Amino acid sequence: MLLHSLTLPVPDFEQASGWQIKPEGACKGDVCIPLRGQSGETLQVEQLAKDMNLPLVAEASEQCWALGPDSVGGKTLATALAADMTLPDLDGNLFSLSSLRGKKVLVYAWAPY
Amino acid sequence: MWQALREELAPQGFELVTVGMDTLGAAGCRAAIEAANPSHPSLIDQHHVMADLFGVINIPNSIWIDEDGMIVRPAEAAPPPPIPGSTPPVMTDMPPETPTRLREMRAEAMKITTNAEAYHQALRDWVTKGKDSEFALAPEAVIQRSRPRNASQATGHAHFELATHFVTQGKRELAIKHFRAAHALVPDNWTFRRQAWSLEPVGDGPMARFWQGPGPEGDWPYEGDWVQDIRREGAENYYESWKP
Repeated sequence: MLLHSLTLPVPDFEQASGWQIKPEGACKGDVCIPLRGQSGETLQVEQLAKDMNLPLVAEASEQCWALGPDSVGGKTLATALAADMTLPDLDGNLFSLSSLRGKKVLVYAWAPY
Repeated sequence: MWQALREELAPQGFELVTVGMDTLGAAGCRAAIEAANPSHPSLIDQHHVMADLFGVINIPNSIWIDEDGMIVRPAEAAPPPPIPGSTPPVMTDMPPETPTRLREMRAEAMKITTNAEAYHQALRDWVTKGKDSEFALAPEAVIQRSRPRNASQATGHAHFELATHFVTQGKRELAIKHFRAAHALVPDNWTFRRQAWSLEPVGDGPMARFWQGPGPEGDWPYEGDWVQDIRREGAENYYESWKP
């Protein structure tokens, strides 16, 4: 996710990464990673990146950073529980995968190039 | 084709969600979506979160998710439904004025192998039987079968995010710098490459973004291009072969 500051609101991180911030740490499915030095509604990104082994890449000339995805266990998926991906449709209306609970869902990736 | 399959399987509690992965966002995807006029959710993924969250490295790809929100098959090639009695296209279908590059691309594309019949049999089996389908993988198998990712590859994803940002800001040089870093760190990700190449269109016709390589005279800011890379890696490896 793209950052313009090294503090990050908890909901923004949760929504983009699929990890939930709980008292025991950052959790996804049954996996939890303990966090240090975090409190309140914002996350200290540098510490978070260290604790979760997330890459934090800066573009110094533009005062922005990108926080990359986790690589827990050397795999893309730390858990088989699907992240609640939320994306817009053509009109900008947001849609969350979790709204399809109770159905079998095939998520199909395509590209116009 | 997918739309028809979705209509057929919907009464069995099945839904299709299509996700267009394009740095150009809705502007890039609009024509194709409006032409398809889908009745299912059709989403726009400007930041390739499908790569971050699910490990999509090429398109078309699919992820199967069950009624409880558990992934039962991680990202894998998703060939279109086979059409009974149809014959594959042949090279002679191309009009004589077709540029050499597009002929070369077509020649490589025809060598790409898919497992459409096995994939679609498995899909129907899962939609019918649910958890009892042999093709619905257990959680541990799903995790094991998901794309490998180490810290260096994760760093490549972060560079891709920066590149996306700079494309939206109109800062082409910075975008190219970070696309190149992403390509170097995640060399097996075709979508990261194809996305960057598509942003250097050749001409302004319908094939401009599909050219995916240097034009007749333009400078080319990337190490590889579609024809060069698929020849090096082998068209038969463009998709991982389907495993039950």
